[in-house]
Amino acid sequence: MTPILELRGITKSFPGVLANDHINLSLNQGEILALLGENGAGKSTLMNILYGLYQPDEGEILINGEKVVINSPTDAIKHGIGMVHQHFMLIPVFTVTENVMLGDEAVKQAGFLDRPRAAKRILDISNKYNLAVDPDSYVRDLPVGVQQRVEIIKLLYRDAEILIFDEPTAVLTPQEADELFLIMRTLVQQGKSIIFITHKLREVLAIADRIMVIRRGTVVGETLPENSDKNTLASMMVGREVNLVVDKRACHPGEVICEVQNMVVADKFQNIVVDDVSFEIRAGEILGLAGVQGNGQTELVEALTGLQHMVSGKVTLMGEDASKFSPRQITELGSAHVPEDRQADGLVLPFTVAENLVLCSYYKQPYAKGIVLQYNHILQNAEKLIKDFDIRTPSAMTSVGSLSGGNQQKVIIARELSRPIQFLVASQPTRGLDVGSIEYIHKRIVEKRDEGCAILLVSPELDEIMELSDRIAVMYRGQLIATVENKGISKEYIGLLMAGVVPETPIEPAADHVIEATF
Amino acid sequence: MNQKIEEKPELGKEILKELNHEPAEGEHHKKSLWSSISIPLLAILTGLLVGAVLIAVTSTTVYAAFGESIGKGLLTALREIGTAYKALFTGALGDPVRIINALKLGDAKEIRSALNPALESLVQSTPYIFTGLAVAVGFRSGLFNIGVEGQLFMGAAAATYVGYAVTGLPAYIHMPLALLAGAAGGALWGFIPGLLKAKTGGHEVINTIMMNWIAFRLTEWLLSGPMTRPGSGGMPISPLIQKTAEIPQFFQSPIRFHLGFFIALATAWLIWWLLFKTTWGLNLRTVGTNPRAAKYAGLSTTKSILVAMSISGALAGLAGANQILAVNRSMALGLSSGYGYDSIALALIGNNHPVGIVLSSLLFGTLRNGATRMMVVSSIPIDIVDVIQAIILMFVAAPAIIRAIYHIKKPKKEDETVFLSGWGGK
Repeated sequence: MTPILELRGITKSFPGVLANDHINLSLNQGEILALLGENGAGKSTLMNILYGLYQPDEGEILINGEKVVINSPTDAIKHGIGMVHQHFMLIPVFTVTENVMLGDEAVKQAGFLDRPRAAKRILDISNKYNLAVDPDSYVRDLPVGVQQRVEIIKLLYRDAEILIFDEPTAVLTPQEADELFLIMRTLVQQGKSIIFITHKLREVLAIADRIMVIRRGTVVGETLPENSDKNTLASMMVGREVNLVVDKRACHPGEVICEVQNMVVADKFQNIVVDDVSFEIRAGEILGLAGVQGNGQTELVEALTGLQHMVSGKVTLMGEDASKFSPRQITELGSAHVPEDRQADGLVLPFTVAENLVLCSYYKQPYAKGIVLQYNHILQNAEKLIKDFDIRTPSAMTSVGSLSGGNQQKVIIARELSRPIQFLVASQPTRGLDVGSIEYIHKRIVEKRDEGCAILLVSPELDEIMELSDRIAVMYRGQLIATVENKGISKEYIGLLMAGVVPETPIEPAADHVIEATF
Repeated sequence: MNQKIEEKPELGKEILKELNHEPAEGEHHKKSLWSSISIPLLAILTGLLVGAVLIAVTSTTVYAAFGESIGKGLLTALREIGTAYKALFTGALGDPVRIINALKLGDAKEIRSALNPALESLVQSTPYIFTGLAVAVGFRSGLFNIGVEGQLFMGAAAATYVGYAVTGLPAYIHMPLALLAGAAGGALWGFIPGLLKAKTGGHEVINTIMMNWIAFRLTEWLLSGPMTRPGSGGMPISPLIQKTAEIPQFFQSPIRFHLGFFIALATAWLIWWLLFKTTWGLNLRTVGTNPRAAKYAGLSTTKSILVAMSISGALAGLAGANQILAVNRSMALGLSSGYGYDSIALALIGNNHPVGIVLSSLLFGTLRNGATRMMVVSSIPIDIVDVIQAIILMFVAAPAIIRAIYHIKKPKKEDETVFLSGWGGK
């Protein structure tokens, strides 16, 4: 049987980097092919070539055995290739119908829009593929999972045969992810073909028919889910043995380091986004703050670190009332903050690694005498941290912006963890990082806990929360709807809480349930 | 894979991004030396070519010659262009023949006057150095100070007042005092829009432009009222400053080369040191490059804006004070020929780096000096000189145009190498 899509010898290089090196790929009709690889392995480049955003330096693309040239996304659509992007390309104030028909509008005579006709087609598609959605509702009112369905409908409306899903579960709750997998199954049963890009091993094993692993721009292996497990896949991805479970000793909580009482925070439109939240964290304990992104975690962290004012409430850190403290005062109390968005908040990208490593302490001895910076000390500090934290950089004077995401994150981790701290706020510390980096950062965080540091870990990745936390607090629409000991609870239980459902009794995990790493 | 974040190019930000980090040990510097010089050189060349066409098509003599025959017309055109550009060159740098002869003769006086055009170019460059630094300090701190012109006027007024009204001080106190007064006047005029921005969020671009108009009218009123020269008949001109307040000129008139040029160089060094070697500088640059990270790191944006606008204003004020104390010796309204505005382009050409600013100031000053001579010697009307100057500056200021014309690729920075994977992925 001719594969519906075949890539032969695709090669693409960027200055200094060979992103794709003679990649061969074939996709059969009615199959889900998982493309697994770390960030920067070349998955996205390959898909962007297929989607017409890049031109390959070498190699050819065949659809149904015929050679094609794809110069733009429009070309790709014409050839039946559609992509569901990680970040949705929807217009919130338009209805589902309007969003779907945008760019391919159904028109009546004289150019008037024919909404009913488009809506009918959308309903047909949604029935056929089990994609429940109301064509007349506004996109802004829809939950994220449903918005993603709209994205899929957009492609089916344009008769896409090959669907590319780019990290589609990043924005979903575990339940929504499971629903998406059902939809993907339905799609292939109806004859569509899917390429599924991810770096999460669990998902690959759950949904893929065939798995292709890419590392450093080359295909390092192909396998079937039934012949592999997480460890083999992780090793293939990283190129060495990976320890997926962090060794964690039992937790011995000490005195209360951080106490938050009735915190209320409003966003810039005066909407209450953190609503009467109270919790405490003790020394030597990790409190995991779970929740789907956008449920107030960001604002909670900002208020806790002094970046945003509270409307009301009290924060006590290391025994001091820090409710009105500035970020610097909070830092000087002995707290550290790994910010959610490393490039926007945590680093000054054009500055050197050395400068970024003293971003929070440059004004103090020995880095400054009076107002004069002591560059020899700043450089010494950098050399030491580069070694201790294994930051891969050509030199301490390289600008941070030119490092890979993982190494940028390591600069922040090094800066924050190398100070004598009692309290750490780690907000999505492994966002967008590869397996090796995640393993490393998790290890460092647990080490810090064992040294007696109180840690607030904020992450939308349930696996990460489950693995690292001693206690788990779940945030939903600005409120802490539950705080539980991380003992004998199941992922499904937390997943339901994340969706705002409070189950009557904690769902007992299956006997062989093992807490899994964030892959 | 290219992991660089994709930023929408935004005027100031884009430039800041390009050179906000200090080249390490000068090695980056050497590497890019040619590329940083070749663009301005090509820009001047292109500007001159376009200017040549302009000279030819606007000259009535050339049209008359074309009326007789095409050959004669072309010849006349070439001659006109030749005269004009010879004047530009000798006006800016001096007549080489005359300089060589003077050196042969060994007559000190003759050497000085042969070199005067070059020295005059340095005189013309001096205010640009100050104003260029003023704009650069703003840019580095994330602020677009368009109010340099107004700050210059306020600085000049303050320096003039201290210059003529304070008496009985020895020169080594009076002159620095007058300069400081100039810096303070400019600093105040920069501080006000800074305060508005820090406290109310009022945009500095709008407020500095408005402050310019206030400064122009305020100084006009001062010069025709409280600070007017007795017996000037209401003309807006100040009294002459005291001898003790003068910044000394090194040679006799008409050579105006003065100590202010070296004060400007010293100031450039000071600003370099401040920006790159002190906590204040790191503070300003952090706020200027990434305000969110600055906030995260516990820096005060408010303080940074106030400090940056004050320093920027002080530098602009020094430009005005320097012109008064060293060159004009009294204040009139024709004090500045748009230094404050030209310096925006100038700071950008100089990559907001003190060294680059000194170099581009020399270029601006030299061109301006030569253009004056060109106007005197050839029959080209002053407006055309202005246009040619503008064209050259435009090409210099917008390297993208030059790169496009000559198909020069953007220099690839050495440190743009991207590392493939994280650290586990050996």
